[in-house]
Amino acid sequence: MKKLLIALVTLLPSLAMAASGHSVHLESANVDLHDKASLERGLDSFQHYCSGCHSTQYQRYERVATDLGISNDDMRNKYMFTGAKIGDLMENAIPTPDAAKWFGAAPPDLTLVARVRGADWVFSYLKGFYLDETRPFGVNNTVFPSVGMPHVLQDLQGLATVTKDEAGNASLVKDKDGNLVTTGGKLTAEEYDQVVRDITGFLVYSAEPVQLEREALGWWVLGFLFIFFIIAYLLKKEYWKDVH
Amino acid sequence: MVKNIIDWIDARIPMTATYNRHVGQYATPKNFNFWYFFGSLALLVLVNQLLTGIWLTMNYVPTAEGAFASVEYIMRDVDYGWLLRYMHSTGASAFFFVIYMHMFRGLIYGSYQKPRELLWLFGMLIFLVLMAEAFMGYLLPWGQMSYWGAQVIISLFGAIPVIGDDLTLWIRGDYVISGATLNRFFALHVIALPLVLVVLVFLHLIALHEVGSNNPDGVEIKKNKDENGWPIDGIPFHPYYTVKDIMGVAGFLIVFCYVLFFMPEGGGYFLEKPNFEAANPMKTPEHIAPVWYFTPFYAILRAIPDKLVGVIGMGLSIAVLFLLPWLDRCKVKSIRYRSMIHKINIAQFTVSFIILGYLGVVPATPELTIAARVFTFTYFAFFVALWVYSKNEKTKEVPTRVTH
Amino acid sequence: MSNAPVDTGRRRFLTAATAVVGGAGAVAVAVPFIKSWNPSAKAKAAGAPVEVNISKVEPGQLIRVEWRGKPVWVVRRTEAVLNNLKTLDSKLRDPASEEMQQPEYATNPARSIKPEFFIAVGICTHLGCSPTYLPDSFGEQVEGVASGFFCPCHGSKFDMAGRVFQGVPAPLNLVIPPHKYVDDANVIIGVDTGAA
Repeated sequence: MKKLLIALVTLLPSLAMAASGHSVHLESANVDLHDKASLERGLDSFQHYCSGCHSTQYQRYERVATDLGISNDDMRNKYMFTGAKIGDLMENAIPTPDAAKWFGAAPPDLTLVARVRGADWVFSYLKGFYLDETRPFGVNNTVFPSVGMPHVLQDLQGLATVTKDEAGNASLVKDKDGNLVTTGGKLTAEEYDQVVRDITGFLVYSAEPVQLEREALGWWVLGFLFIFFIIAYLLKKEYWKDVH
Repeated sequence: MVKNIIDWIDARIPMTATYNRHVGQYATPKNFNFWYFFGSLALLVLVNQLLTGIWLTMNYVPTAEGAFASVEYIMRDVDYGWLLRYMHSTGASAFFFVIYMHMFRGLIYGSYQKPRELLWLFGMLIFLVLMAEAFMGYLLPWGQMSYWGAQVIISLFGAIPVIGDDLTLWIRGDYVISGATLNRFFALHVIALPLVLVVLVFLHLIALHEVGSNNPDGVEIKKNKDENGWPIDGIPFHPYYTVKDIMGVAGFLIVFCYVLFFMPEGGGYFLEKPNFEAANPMKTPEHIAPVWYFTPFYAILRAIPDKLVGVIGMGLSIAVLFLLPWLDRCKVKSIRYRSMIHKINIAQFTVSFIILGYLGVVPATPELTIAARVFTFTYFAFFVALWVYSKNEKTKEVPTRVTH
Repeated sequence: MSNAPVDTGRRRFLTAATAVVGGAGAVAVAVPFIKSWNPSAKAKAAGAPVEVNISKVEPGQLIRVEWRGKPVWVVRRTEAVLNNLKTLDSKLRDPASEEMQQPEYATNPARSIKPEFFIAVGICTHLGCSPTYLPDSFGEQVEGVASGFFCPCHGSKFDMAGRVFQGVPAPLNLVIPPHKYVDDANVIIGVDTGAA
């Protein structure tokens, strides 16, 4: 028994490594699902910059509005562009075959991207675009090499560049404070981080909208079970007096 | 009034007699320890799987076009659908955890030995059906891992000489995994296999109650009876083990619910990340790993460099467990009174099994493949060694009564 | 077994406590199973209130809209039809709409918010068929009444306010759904008047 436990404990860290898999260094996204304002800004950015090509077709506008504390009217007026109804799924307008022709591959649905890739990946990806003339859209990405997508947030971030070491590994050019050096963006590095964090937060929410409810309910359930365990333990002890 | 109703029923079916035989007057050894919780817990998890499974079928769509979206529909649009789904997915992992612990208990206390060989065989059949059930269930969400995992496992049958290719085609019902495969897996997962499972569990319990429970001392309590024919070291299952099992259930549920509510993905082991992406026959995920409960056997498969031998090796690693009652020729059951070599053998087997399980989830590298071969060898060596030394094993003296 | 005296009071108390707490737990576990049978977000979205533009409906015309999978009629009644309604009380089962088959705001002789527009669920209260609108030939069914609704399944008859005639199988008047006027031209089916 003891051996078993020790073996298990020593194996756990390596297991965690195996599960995450990726070798690229990812920045921590640090999203807070309780920050509704941030999620709404994320929705806003997503709808304006991403939703033209990427659907989030497993969720409904109305549910998003309810969960993010947005009124249905605000949702309709500010964030719905496809003529859909409030109860509809958040599908997008471009037909998949056309999209596949324009971009080489159809832009994937992003409802669950944060569960497939992880929040840190999404955050780092959105910060990972850099100038690369060899690519069709003139940009490449540090966490998604040979990316088939243009840098849609370029007017906000500007364009970063990379230096390559002897092995050919690209690393983004940063200033002495560790901020990316970009040209032509409207936002400062911090402001851009916030925009990207908001979008990431929204996608983390989209991937599992029930997360906060799940955890809140979980505490009640555990509390109940704890009390039940104590009563059951006392009952067992009482009866087993006969046996001892 | 109540008594009249009971008498009326008893005159027609043996209700009270059955209750007494299996619960009220079932003589249970009084020295059960921690390891003896897992039998009743397996029953609890089975009920959980059946109930949540039935409820999931109410909204699940078993078609290649609709399956993935219907799971997300359950997670989002159905009231508490997410809870039912997580209960089922967490329950699957819990089932294997509980079953492995239950089997380990049988291993260390010699619960497979005479007269419990049939009990062990029923248990092994349950394990086998459970693996088939879990494998087929894993295809249903129609995610990337569902699809490619099934692809890999079904391809294993292709290793069989002559009929292999035709067999895989027949299992899939198509040239690749498709809606046809999904439909038949769905039918087997929700109807056929659960029926078989329930029947086997019933037989397992009947077999248990016929021969009586083993215990950590491996002493047959039926050999020492008082003047009324009641085993001196036995206590009635109810109330003593009902109250104890209720406590066990509460303790188990605390762990189970912690996972369910706070880490339903189980760190990517209970719900694998690539499975949140819909199945795409054109794109294989970077690293295909089976769910954790299959990985010890999968590691054995991968360790062997020949496809056919690998499949045979994996099959053998499970089949050999069926033979345990006859491989162990020792008359002493419990590890407590057996030789040092047996203790070491069980310890190395446990370590081998766990390390194989680990090796099955990580991508294979040349070094790890060598490690997998070593532990595949030690896995099988356990059974060979057991057969050899158990015939004339130097055991300690077994007490006549249970220690408590 | 030891022969120590048993504290039956404590034993009973703990047994009861376990049963009560465990029973409460079992009831709580049943909640998600029961609630999952409620209409899902998809069903609710499909059954969401529908807005209808009624400005193009001609006098005497009936238009159908689907609300929660059921046909809802919007009929524009003429002055003659409305006058005729007042004369039918003796032939009807529930002329004053005492049974609550309509919202409070439609509990009036014309069973509507605006007398001109009759809005009703087009499902017979007998066994669920959809009655046929007979704008001119209803006189064959009830003498002296030019227009009405006739259910082909079992012959139930309703007047132009959806009130059931006597001597037919249907027990109740037609159901008036919750509805409200957004403006003169538009009405929303599925939202009560007075609700936000």
